[in-house]
Amino acid sequence: MTMSPVETAIRTRVDAGSGALIGYLPVGFPDLDTSIDAAVALVENGVDIVELGLPYSDPVMDGLVIQRATQTALKNGFTLKQGFKAVERIRDRVNAPLLVMTYWNPVIQYGVERFAADLENAGGAGLITPDLIPDEAGEWMSASDAHELDRVFLAAPSSSPARMRQAVESSRGFVYAVSTMGITGARADVDAAARSVIARLREAGATSACVGVGISTPEQVADVLTYADGAIVGSRLVSGLAEGGVPAVAAIAAELATGKD
Amino acid sequence: MSLRSMTGPYFGSFGGRFVPESLIAALDELDEAYTAAKDDRSFAEELAELHRTYTGRPSILTEAKRFAEHAGGARILLKREDLNHTGSHKINNVLGQALLAKRLGKTRIIAETGAGQHGVASATAAALFGLECVVYMGEVDTERQALNVARMKLLGAEVVPVTTGSRTLKDAINEALRDWVANVEHTHYLLGTVAGPHPFPAMVRDFHSVIGAEAREQVLALTGRLPDVIAACVGGGSNAMGIFHPFLDDEGVRLVGLEAAGDGIDTLFHAATISKGRPGVLHGARSLMLQDEDGQTLESHSISAGLDYPGVGPEHAWLDEIGRAEYRGVTDAEAMDALRLLSRTEGIIPAIETAHALHGALVLGRELGPDAIILVNLSGRGDKDMETAARYFGLLDAQAAERAAEQDAHPTAAEDAQS
Repeated sequence: MTMSPVETAIRTRVDAGSGALIGYLPVGFPDLDTSIDAAVALVENGVDIVELGLPYSDPVMDGLVIQRATQTALKNGFTLKQGFKAVERIRDRVNAPLLVMTYWNPVIQYGVERFAADLENAGGAGLITPDLIPDEAGEWMSASDAHELDRVFLAAPSSSPARMRQAVESSRGFVYAVSTMGITGARADVDAAARSVIARLREAGATSACVGVGISTPEQVADVLTYADGAIVGSRLVSGLAEGGVPAVAAIAAELATGKD
Repeated sequence: MSLRSMTGPYFGSFGGRFVPESLIAALDELDEAYTAAKDDRSFAEELAELHRTYTGRPSILTEAKRFAEHAGGARILLKREDLNHTGSHKINNVLGQALLAKRLGKTRIIAETGAGQHGVASATAAALFGLECVVYMGEVDTERQALNVARMKLLGAEVVPVTTGSRTLKDAINEALRDWVANVEHTHYLLGTVAGPHPFPAMVRDFHSVIGAEAREQVLALTGRLPDVIAACVGGGSNAMGIFHPFLDDEGVRLVGLEAAGDGIDTLFHAATISKGRPGVLHGARSLMLQDEDGQTLESHSISAGLDYPGVGPEHAWLDEIGRAEYRGVTDAEAMDALRLLSRTEGIIPAIETAHALHGALVLGRELGPDAIILVNLSGRGDKDMETAARYFGLLDAQAAERAAEQDAHPTAAEDAQS
């Protein structure tokens, strides 16, 4: 199979001697239009791949910053239809590949096949699924194949070698290496565990592996890119958006992007 | 095929593991330890001895003759889990899991709690075994179950009020899962119901099946036959699974779960997950749940904090699907009437959760007539609900009513005063 747009974007950055910067923002925070402008600003300021989060009522992998933002979006009346519309509007304005991050129940309720079809039509590249392990992903494996969508599964410091292999074999686009045993949110130190997860993913055959959870500074981005193919930043961008709106997100993205130099 | 043979991860199309990858290793470790313990006689003996000398098992069976007069004359037998140490069935599962946590070398347990019964039982086991204990409890529930908050604190546990989401049991579980992801190396998540990712639903059920196993013998000894129907309340569903499970293969025994219908099953304010929910994934398992079109979890409503949960254990969803068990709704008002009736006819004050099962028994008795034998799981005692009951029935004197009204107006101040 040919490389997916996400994998190509990562490969291009790696071949240039660095790695990809992936930026997360949730749809609908602080409101729908601003969230779209903010995602566009990410790309215009050096983010290579957009990770667009769909707000969910019970986000067990997320820390307070993202919980608060997605709760606001839900209170404002976020719907999955708006989510697809947002993907479309962002892709109309910028060319970077866009992955949707979603907990699994909304996908089941929408219909896995229908979700995949609408995501493809909206121009989305695939899904990051924090609470779906490959063992439970049968329906998603077929739907993502049928619609040529990426599927990004997680690998954790606690994952066994067999599960590392399974994550590598099941994922397309990249494997999401969770840097630490914990939930999303800025941390002063990105765990040494991250380096080890990437090393173990490489042993399991990974050619595209990115680190997420806890990354918030250009220095951390630079450090992660010395051993991983991409660095994922979320909470720092969300808190920036909460405090200073789109200009703040743009400035933070530009600053984080210096970590790729 | 024996219906009792289901060990998970799946119960029909329900169950499984829908959790972050970070937790899979811990779930595997727990599954292995539990599987080993099941085959280990010393584990069973240690647990049985604890139940005999600490829980107070076997719990007795009480025939409720005066209460039965209101149930069409059917015989009503109460399985008295309210007499267990800590006042409910919850201790059965807690001691089992605490023993496992010790075997796994964990030094800290965390738990979620709604009504506070599971939190109190967890804090109790932590004290007994010298483990650190943190209990997550929705802020709303810390207010309506203040007495249990004080009990947990007295037992040495830290109680963390959860202020996100709907601030009830569902959000307490989210917060416990987040804690577990970060601290899984030395922490055991002592989940309190038959929900969650595998192996929790089967394991928690097994630890509670002592209820049904004892009751089966006791009913046979007392009446010479099996009961016609078993009634138990269902929130997450642990006490119901515990009493149902040993009877699953007894075809003549009807199993009836009573869900909280709040203001009414056709209103927006209920917690009748099986009656009104759709299949979906919540808290790590595929089961039935209350949700909107987009799969966002809906808030449940019940006067009973312990039943106020928009999900239910996957084995119940399966028993409903195959028609082995039936599930009915009981409103707040019906449950409170049953609570008062049992108090006045038998001198037993049940928990509000349990009162839902008692109302179910009244209705079933009238349907089945005087020859029927109805076994009710009296899952907990009502001490913790005295404030709610006193307000509901207007039993407070004027001064106390005024204080209560003030607390309603300033819930935060009230909480501070109680902590």
